[in-house]
Amino acid sequence: MSTMDTAVIQLCDLKKYFKEVRAVDGVSFAIAQGEIFGLLGPNGAGKTTILNLLCTLLKPTAGTATICHYDIRKNKDEVRKSIGIVFQDPSLDDQLTALENLDFHGRLYHIPKVVRREKIEELLTLVELRDKKHVLVKNFSGGMKRRLEIARGLLHQPQVLFLDEPTLGLDPQTRRHIWEYIKKLNHDTTVTIILTTHYMEEADELCHRIAIIDRGKIAAIDTPAQLKKQIGGEVISLKTDDEFLPEYPWIKSINTHDGHLNLTVEEADQKLSLLMRIAQEKGISIDSVTIHKPTLEDVFLHFTGKTMREEETSWADEVRIRRRSS
Amino acid sequence: MMNLDAIYTLWLREMKRFIRSRSRIIGSLAFPLFILVIIGTGLNTVLTFGRLSYNQFLAPGLIGMVLLFSSISFGIMIIWDRQFGFLKEILVAPVSRTSIIIGKTLGGVTTTMLQALLFLVVCFMMGIPFPGFLKLMLLFLVMILIATGFVLVGIAFSCRMKDFHGFSLIMNFVIMPVFFLSGAFFPLERLPGWMKWLVYSDPLTYGIDALRFCLVNTSTFPIEFNLMVLTIFGAGATAVGTFLFRTAQL
Repeated sequence: MSTMDTAVIQLCDLKKYFKEVRAVDGVSFAIAQGEIFGLLGPNGAGKTTILNLLCTLLKPTAGTATICHYDIRKNKDEVRKSIGIVFQDPSLDDQLTALENLDFHGRLYHIPKVVRREKIEELLTLVELRDKKHVLVKNFSGGMKRRLEIARGLLHQPQVLFLDEPTLGLDPQTRRHIWEYIKKLNHDTTVTIILTTHYMEEADELCHRIAIIDRGKIAAIDTPAQLKKQIGGEVISLKTDDEFLPEYPWIKSINTHDGHLNLTVEEADQKLSLLMRIAQEKGISIDSVTIHKPTLEDVFLHFTGKTMREEETSWADEVRIRRRSS
Repeated sequence: MMNLDAIYTLWLREMKRFIRSRSRIIGSLAFPLFILVIIGTGLNTVLTFGRLSYNQFLAPGLIGMVLLFSSISFGIMIIWDRQFGFLKEILVAPVSRTSIIIGKTLGGVTTTMLQALLFLVVCFMMGIPFPGFLKLMLLFLVMILIATGFVLVGIAFSCRMKDFHGFSLIMNFVIMPVFFLSGAFFPLERLPGWMKWLVYSDPLTYGIDALRFCLVNTSTFPIEFNLMVLTIFGAGATAVGTFLFRTAQL
């Protein structure tokens, strides 16, 4: 990765094994300053483990990474000063007010009192919680908590901000709102943002580049546009109950999922009639057909053989969602 | 390693939380108060210990109880912090784990002391004689030693527990036996052999004995010996608690 002399984050063959489980299995990539970088993957793919390794909460089994040229093994304190984190699960003290939570953070990070006060006001204004600063966090909604956590993550002016599933369990409107903050942040400051997400539209909307993580490895890494282009052509999706696996040179890729047959082809509208004829000859009944440009969802399915949807609400997430909305 | 700012910050948080949980404080004082007022008064009619009434004998034991219960539960409360994610916020800050545990412990000792002092005032109102200045200072020292030791015992337990399900186990198999074996309710002199060993291996026994020395001027062991045992217990708990906390993964 020769273009990455300006890399803020560099992972070198990073590995983390939990007994037999290879949670992170040799991951290398670099992220440039100011980038919004997405880690996309199903539950248990290793996204959060990568994040925990980078923010020094876990020790790598092998390999290492640097953040702002500080090694996550050797220079923990410097790494910690350079990063801000918004965890997947809320990590606020809900018996303290918004202001007290931020003040606590500022003190832990040695921000002098005057700067601390000024910065807190500024950030509370940014996330539109200024008039709520004396309210106990337990009275906050899920979206407000998230916004407060983002403000807190930025308080010590980190060079890198980690967002672990920043909008999980939030309603669509609040999600849009958080996206706006993230974009604004990226526009107004030089902060580099790494986010993990389940949500394709989130990755598509926000990220400059995406790494698709599957079983601890990188399945693909590129810009959303390039990833979609890699699939190329268009996707014909057929719904059928019958066994139907056409194999022709003009079908670039094929996968079945949940009763749907997804075929990637060029000039889909012409190929469709051909396909229908073949189906008819073989006596296969097709319930419905759709044609669409490849989405990140298709990219994901292509690289991992799974859709995100089925992974979307695991039991753990259900709990998270319930907790966050309470 | 030491970071006074961070230690103060952690302590301050515990103070704020303590002040906001008034109902819990009152709740935790109700139980020993009932024992003192109801059981104490009841047994007062039939029991005396030399020149002491049963109430006077019992009161130091109940101060020990307040110290024990609130310090261990405080230590275990770290599990809350972990479950609600706040511990992560602390652990990723550029603060050493040693500073974190010092701040936490100071917070726990302070909140425990505040509750015990509140109960001490109740004891004075119930007719326990007010000790002289030196004895009072010694009393505070003993209370702090007890609180420190058991806060760290609580922290040690919290490092080895995944969630709150273990709490009732610890309540029934650690806190209760430690309390009942401590001689809070009965004198140590004429115990049968098997129980004597259990009682003598309970660190709180020496704590309550020292509290009795300070408050009602009787004790089984010399105060110097009690202080020594409490110091060794405190140091041991600090070593184990700190080790477990520093090596704990999340």
